[in-house]
Amino acid sequence: MVIVLAFLTGGLYACGLYMMMRRSIVKLIMGLALLSYATNLLIFTVGGLTRAAPPLVPEGETVPPVPFADPVPQALILTAIVIGFGVLAFAVVLIEQTHRSVGTDDSNNLRGIEGES
Amino acid sequence: MGLLVLLPLLIPFVTAALALLFWRRHRVQRALGLVGSVGLLLSALVLLVVVWRDGIQVVQLGNWPAPFGITFVADLFSGIMTVLGGIIAVAVVIYSHASVDRLRERFGYYPLLLFLMMGISGSFLTGDIFNLYVWFEVMLMASFVLVAMGNERAQLEGALKYVTINLVSSAIFLTAIGILYGISGTLNMAQLSVQLSQSQQPQMVTVVAMLFLIAFGIKAALFPLFFWLPASYPVAPVAITALFAGLLTKVGVYALIRVFTLLFVQDIGYTHALLLLLAALTMITGVLGAASQNEIRRILSFHIISQIGYMVMGLALFTPLALAGAIFYIIHHIIVKANLFLIGGVVQRLEGSYYLKDLGGLYRSHFGLAVLFLIPAMSLAGIPPLSGFWAKFTLIRASLEENQPVIALVALVVSLLTLFSMTKIWAEVFWKDRPETTPEPAPLSPSARLQLLLPIIALAAITVVIGLMAEPVFILASQAANQLLSPVEYVTAVLGGTP
Repeated sequence: MVIVLAFLTGGLYACGLYMMMRRSIVKLIMGLALLSYATNLLIFTVGGLTRAAPPLVPEGETVPPVPFADPVPQALILTAIVIGFGVLAFAVVLIEQTHRSVGTDDSNNLRGIEGES
Repeated sequence: MGLLVLLPLLIPFVTAALALLFWRRHRVQRALGLVGSVGLLLSALVLLVVVWRDGIQVVQLGNWPAPFGITFVADLFSGIMTVLGGIIAVAVVIYSHASVDRLRERFGYYPLLLFLMMGISGSFLTGDIFNLYVWFEVMLMASFVLVAMGNERAQLEGALKYVTINLVSSAIFLTAIGILYGISGTLNMAQLSVQLSQSQQPQMVTVVAMLFLIAFGIKAALFPLFFWLPASYPVAPVAITALFAGLLTKVGVYALIRVFTLLFVQDIGYTHALLLLLAALTMITGVLGAASQNEIRRILSFHIISQIGYMVMGLALFTPLALAGAIFYIIHHIIVKANLFLIGGVVQRLEGSYYLKDLGGLYRSHFGLAVLFLIPAMSLAGIPPLSGFWAKFTLIRASLEENQPVIALVALVVSLLTLFSMTKIWAEVFWKDRPETTPEPAPLSPSARLQLLLPIIALAAITVVIGLMAEPVFILASQAANQLLSPVEYVTAVLGGTP
């Protein structure tokens, strides 16, 4: 299972970076989204894949019975998903505005501040 | 005591939230902006004094014991950085009163500024590596909006580059955190420090260290990851550029220094040698880039890059003196660099341009401004007795003590080229005659004059004071460096008596 997820994660990273290097700024945003999915999957995988019970502490004890699934990577991923969602929403609005003001989807036509004089 | 560590976060947060309630009442928002930033500065100063007197301060959020809950830690280095953040915040808020247009104020300029400050203070004070990521995102989100706000074409293009590169950096940072958790099973920086020093997989630790280097190197604009900075910083309003120039890249440097003193010290021969090489290349490319520019904000932006090289050089040499030099350099640099941008903004306000060819004759028409420019400019180049001289002197001495004459030579040459760049601005903007084609300067109203010049004068005064009273500042910096170099103190403060 780990090997499948490892290849999936690597593939997602590769696709994300490839999309970001395209000239279209819409693909840039898709690349960013793929990159954050890849990261979340990576945290999930390196956190350790165990077929185990949820980490519930039985009444009267202080530690859950082993083996239990580590809850920390899941908490990290949840946080990262929320943050990623917010940032992605902002980025989509930003490219929409850029498209409206520049009138093109091609990042080669972005001149930035160097183009002014 | 615990509340004190959290105050630099809570004050900007509460004032920002209040300011959001007063949406469209920009006068109230302005006042809250000032209250929040002054409160931040005062609480940071108190925190620094307490840390100096009583040692490292630790707060366990929700009273969860150390490795399980989220920890906030204030050591001397964090304290110094938070105070510097407060100083720049106050200066920028006052300057913004006269320089930011109504439209931006109406769309939440001040609350965003305060949220940005909350993110910056949070990054300085957190003791948990994942929490550091969260504060980075808080800070980035506010900075994204501040860069893009205004919807001008150049701004949107600059913002797109800024957002993209920062998101990539965040993704790499998060990847590194994931792998770090995988090999050590903890996120608390103090416990990580213990775990990594006993790690069975030192190669893996070095790989993670390199991921952190790339992630923070992008934020700090380290060679070869700096290209986004001159393309995106100058597009924002100048008050925002000053804040970013002063603080945001330094958050990256702070994070680099923190992880490469506390966590990744297993393989110094490799990691810190690499840092030294990057520092040299950063210094050189930054200053050469600046020499080829002819727009004030872009010249100054390239100088940020070259100065980052000096700070990383201090980290890379990894001796008490060198780290003290790096911290001294950060103190000096934040004040001076923000001030230079603020002065650039006043020049643009008077003459309507940032391009050297359109400017001239300001020495004759505005003598005071010329003097105010000279102080930070000469300090940046390292002319004694200003603050930059002591910073560079310490770093170069540390490199000679470590038998690294090459980096010392690079630092000296770069400082000479910095002087060249500063005299270029001086000659073009202040010394040469006004070009005939430029329209007459626009006079400033008395209140605008006060609000624009007060922060500049205050920052210039701080530069002079640091220069003249270098010894107390240096003692503070070297104490902070000693704390950084003996992580045991940090670890015992966080984890209690069992390091």
